[in-house]
Amino acid sequence: MATRPELATSLPLPPGGGFLLVPVGSERIRTPDDLNEQQREFYRVADRFSRERVVANADRIERKDYELLRGLLREAGALGLLSLDVPEAYGGLSQDLTTSMLVTEAMSRNGSWSVTFGAQVGIGTLPIVYFGTEEQKRRYLPKLATGELVAAYALSEPSSASDALGARTRAVLSPDGKRWILNGAKQWITNAAFADVFIVFAKVDGEKFSAFIVEKGTPGFTVGPEEHKMGIRGSSTCPLVFEDAAIPAGNLLGEVGKGHRIAFNILDIGRLKLGVGSVAGARNLVALAAGYARDRKAFGRSISEFGLIREKLARMVVLVYAGEAMSYRTTGLVDARVAASPAARDTPAFDRDLIAAVEEYAIEASILKVWGTEALSYAADEAVQIHGGYGFVEEYAVERIYRDNRVNRIFEGTNEINRLLIPGTMLKRAARGEFPLFARAQAMEAALARGELPRSGEGPLARERRLAELDKHLMVHVTRVAVEAFGPDLSEHQEVLAALADIAMETYAADSAVARALQAAGEGKLDPVAEACVKLHALEAHDRAWERARRAIRCSVTQPAAAREQLAVLGKLHDEEPLDLVALRETIVRATLEAGRYPLGWL
Amino acid sequence: MKLLVTVKRVEDPESRIRVRPDGQGIVTDGVNYKMNPFDEIAVEEAIRLKERHGGEVVVVSLGGPAAAAELRAALAMGADRAVLARHAGALDPSGAAALLERLVAQERPDLVLLGKQAVDDDQNQTGQLLAGRLGWPQATFASKKEGLESPAEQAREPGLALSADGARLRVAREIDGGLETLELELPAVVTVDLRLNRPRFASLPGIMKAKKKELREVEAGALGADLSPRVVVRRLLEPPARAGGVKVADVSELFQRLRGEAKVV
Repeated sequence: MATRPELATSLPLPPGGGFLLVPVGSERIRTPDDLNEQQREFYRVADRFSRERVVANADRIERKDYELLRGLLREAGALGLLSLDVPEAYGGLSQDLTTSMLVTEAMSRNGSWSVTFGAQVGIGTLPIVYFGTEEQKRRYLPKLATGELVAAYALSEPSSASDALGARTRAVLSPDGKRWILNGAKQWITNAAFADVFIVFAKVDGEKFSAFIVEKGTPGFTVGPEEHKMGIRGSSTCPLVFEDAAIPAGNLLGEVGKGHRIAFNILDIGRLKLGVGSVAGARNLVALAAGYARDRKAFGRSISEFGLIREKLARMVVLVYAGEAMSYRTTGLVDARVAASPAARDTPAFDRDLIAAVEEYAIEASILKVWGTEALSYAADEAVQIHGGYGFVEEYAVERIYRDNRVNRIFEGTNEINRLLIPGTMLKRAARGEFPLFARAQAMEAALARGELPRSGEGPLARERRLAELDKHLMVHVTRVAVEAFGPDLSEHQEVLAALADIAMETYAADSAVARALQAAGEGKLDPVAEACVKLHALEAHDRAWERARRAIRCSVTQPAAAREQLAVLGKLHDEEPLDLVALRETIVRATLEAGRYPLGWL
Repeated sequence: MKLLVTVKRVEDPESRIRVRPDGQGIVTDGVNYKMNPFDEIAVEEAIRLKERHGGEVVVVSLGGPAAAAELRAALAMGADRAVLARHAGALDPSGAAALLERLVAQERPDLVLLGKQAVDDDQNQTGQLLAGRLGWPQATFASKKEGLESPAEQAREPGLALSADGARLRVAREIDGGLETLELELPAVVTVDLRLNRPRFASLPGIMKAKKKELREVEAGALGADLSPRVVVRRLLEPPARAGGVKVADVSELFQRLRGEAKVV
């Protein structure tokens, strides 16, 4: 059995959304500094594969060379890159989530490939890992781990995507009980053109949402024509059609009527992976943008000398620093919960604990998905801008990345759906008494009424710690105001929920970045560039959170006097201290241009 | 067939190399290390020979404890076990060959494979000196007609081919005019060139397995080899900075300058 790295947190483990409840730095979070030597070696193998086999073939991949793509999956399988999440008993490596994410990060250099890869190892393989029967695991996992079989995941339909449970595909058990008969259609299925194994969701008797394993070549099951996409053009995306497609009764995955458990838990992991991969994508863009800016001359100088270019580069670096902090913190939390499971690996009890661990941090998964994909979009947009006209032509990689990344904000749950889920999940858990949001709100209100505000304490990053506390106050306070204004109808006020989600995201990012830097400072290893990043980030995140809080109040409280009162409360929660932004920016940009890439790389 | 392969820890050529102010070495801060790329090719070839004919691949390194990382990398590629002859300080090719001779006496391989040179000081002597000391046949610069293998090339005859009775090795080697083929009686020493093969990636399971493989450390001093250097490095110097170029107006000015200033015509 693979040894798991030691726990990043001490028991008891923080709950999902727990970052809102305790001061920054209360618990040790996992950071890239905690990676062990074997994890770093794994990353190096994955990264070398990504550069030498994937990036080197980017043009062929872009032209939909599926023979190459399948070959690359087999090569990746031979290196073990497809088997991190697969149990050892089925030919896998039984690695923890953080290690698996490292490989995801390395694969993010090419959009078409990373989507192909993710559909294989994530949404394609994991349903069988977590919900498959012994027989199903034995039949599929060893070959999925080697890439001999390619997997796909079919949830969306022409008329239902975000509302996945509105699926119309039906499954009926044959009269002799030996077969499921599937009818319906699926849409936007990654890897469809060359996949062998499809995880297909359908409603048994038109009611009970369930999952099935459908193999290529099943009579009545056909793969439709390729979509012509804006980006990730090298990946396959096709519709599926089922016309009385009969599969063995044993190909039901999980239980009848429990398909939503599979769909949503797999989506949670998918969101985590997409968020982490997006942050890695932004990190790659820093290198492309910094390298180009350094070499490009205008007005007789390198354009990297111009303030507006420097500002863009600094902001990209800052986002990567904060994004990494959230990524490692979140996967570390999941891993710590899994490691705390008393069940033996590869037992149903263990699988249940693993699912529960992922479910616990669904809020963080949605935050990472939305924040990460939007950070990548921002970075891609600015990288194109730095390239000027050259960013608009295919010869430069940023053009492709700009197109490729756009879909990230659409799939694995649109960013809108995920935004609703962030406060929605918190409120649902609070209402069930599982998440002490309102107790925290009362304590904060009482403190505010006494005129007590988070104050700058002593020690390193005192101001940034205070900023993170102010962000939490904003989140908790505005949530309370919105709940009081709308009650159960809040779910219908999506603009308010989205604003709350934005505050939560800014808060989690700032809290994680400050905690990461504090831990490094505690070990005497805080790099001046990291310090500048966290200072710049904490301030800008706070400004954004405050702006969103004002919007939430204006959308929630319409009576002018009450609104004025609430906005006045927000005024107290806004930091107005001076900060030399340009000096911080310069510290970051100098190091970035010197390195020619993200300057805080951990390998 | 038993194969002994050298694995040298060298500065990553992509690192920025600077000479120390005292000229007694290079600045090691911020320098990455890796396996000598030519040795990596030797390891790959050894593993292929083993896969084809059976046997054992033993990788050896001479140097400090840090070289264990490069030995582990070779084990992760598929070598069976490793020996680290610990030695502090500089070692010239003659000392390295003397040490390797002792390790060969211990391990008694059928074939010793070395990179033709290490990319740190590019000496290109150790393999030849070792063959001379052992009195074994040698072939240097083992290569293949075509470089960087496509699947078709991989299917061709390998650069190193063992005879049916296992007693002789045919080696295609690079010479100025192209390739020549030598046949050696085993045991023998072969040094490998760039185009012999493309080394595999270590796999993740390979990395995990490598941790459990034997890595034996011996004190170089205890092997009884004569390590006294034949070549002593007195001082390292940065290459002189290149003087800026000049633009000339026409051919006659070019000629004047070549004759008058550069004194080359």
